[in-house]
Amino acid sequence: MMETLEQVRDRLLARFPGGEVTLIANPGPAAQHSLALGLNQAAAMALFLRDDPDLRLDYCSNVTGVDWPEKEIVESTKVTVPDPAGGPAKVVEQKTKRIQPGYLEVVYHLYSMALKHGPVIVRLRTGNRHDQVTVPSFTPVWRSCEFQEREVFDLFGVKFSDHPDLRRILMWDEFTAHPMRKDYVEPDDYEWEPTPHGTVLEKAKAHYPATAVAAPTAAVGAAHHTPAAAAVTTAAPVVRSDTGLETRATPAPKEGTP
Amino acid sequence: MTDAARPEPTEPAPGAHLVTEAERDELRRHGILLTKLEEIVNLGRSKSVWPLQFGLACCAIEMIAASMARFDIARFGSEVFRPSPRQADLLIVSGTVTKKMAPQVVRLWNQMPEPKYCIAMGACAISGGPFKQGYNVLKGIDRFIPVDVYIPGCPPRPEALLHGLLQLQEQIRTQKSSGPNVARHLRPGDRCDYAVPEFGERDLEPPANPAVWQAPSIVRNEKA
Repeated sequence: MMETLEQVRDRLLARFPGGEVTLIANPGPAAQHSLALGLNQAAAMALFLRDDPDLRLDYCSNVTGVDWPEKEIVESTKVTVPDPAGGPAKVVEQKTKRIQPGYLEVVYHLYSMALKHGPVIVRLRTGNRHDQVTVPSFTPVWRSCEFQEREVFDLFGVKFSDHPDLRRILMWDEFTAHPMRKDYVEPDDYEWEPTPHGTVLEKAKAHYPATAVAAPTAAVGAAHHTPAAAAVTTAAPVVRSDTGLETRATPAPKEGTP
Repeated sequence: MTDAARPEPTEPAPGAHLVTEAERDELRRHGILLTKLEEIVNLGRSKSVWPLQFGLACCAIEMIAASMARFDIARFGSEVFRPSPRQADLLIVSGTVTKKMAPQVVRLWNQMPEPKYCIAMGACAISGGPFKQGYNVLKGIDRFIPVDVYIPGCPPRPEALLHGLLQLQEQIRTQKSSGPNVARHLRPGDRCDYAVPEFGERDLEPPANPAVWQAPSIVRNEKA
């Protein structure tokens, strides 16, 4: 039986004085708790996790990325305010807003093939989402991390120091964005959508301006009864096709970069 | 061979009126085949369409199944899958065309000699399919190369591919070698050379070849 995550954390802290190891609890039913390692000694800690005779986490099965964008958190605290007139003190709820800074995260799932236990989940967190996005690579420790770290680099923009071959793996080299980030806006290149709805409908509206309504809808609604109104509805497609030619002439608007 | 299903030729061949259809049938009963060189050539070409041995995604599995004994594409003369585009007549775009793969597909198409044909197999090759609203899949190969037959399905069954092949054979049989409806590769000005898109910073450059594809105009009928 593997030791608990708390014991692993305590042993890591004892072995690496000055290092940072935080236990992150998962409140969900999966209860897969994890260890966030400080970046300065993370590579040495990974070696320890692999080579320690009681852990021997010799297999990294999964590397993935998480994007945590900047978040506004509203905290409410109850404050008792004494009444200056001498009456009973009032309890006032004070709301404070604070911005939780965003960061990127890399998650590693480690198993032991030798001792048949796991997973131990290890997280690395970047300083922010713009310029402090470098974390130590675990590829020198677990060779299987190589392609998956490249994928995290490609799709999230996390840079891995000491990675032997840090290039994009899925998108082409000229691509500049990181598509799995929450604020990524994909290129608007599905101009033709026959049955748009929801957010796609909003995009379609930009591509295909609405026609001038040829007849009031009340007349269309009455089309089933009077021959005159029926003539209005049969005339409508002609108008539509004329404006259809006009919409073809208008160029599609370009999507702005995020 | 019945001529009833064919479209009427726009320009009758010189002297065509000298022999009526009834007289041709009469001659045929006596073992004399009176036909046009164009028809014989088209018949021969349609019965030996050589596809390019090229698969992109799960549709390719169905294409492989169509080529094996159970469905047996050899019955229709297309069993010779060529591993080189220089020897192929037919590009079966069998599967998802990612934007990273699209320039290579166009390049393969350019390397095939004319006359050549293209089948877009499956929802992804037609329109992007389930990846239509994503960022990394081309929304239909017809944005860069001309497609002769579209086969819907996800993936289409081998029978559907065979049906598409028969449709293509029908198209080849009715191709004209002259006149206003002349086949695409015989038109003056057709260089058989399609622009290969470049990798851009956010998307392919250009995202579609305007000489091949224009977005169909949809007119919304706004409710008042």
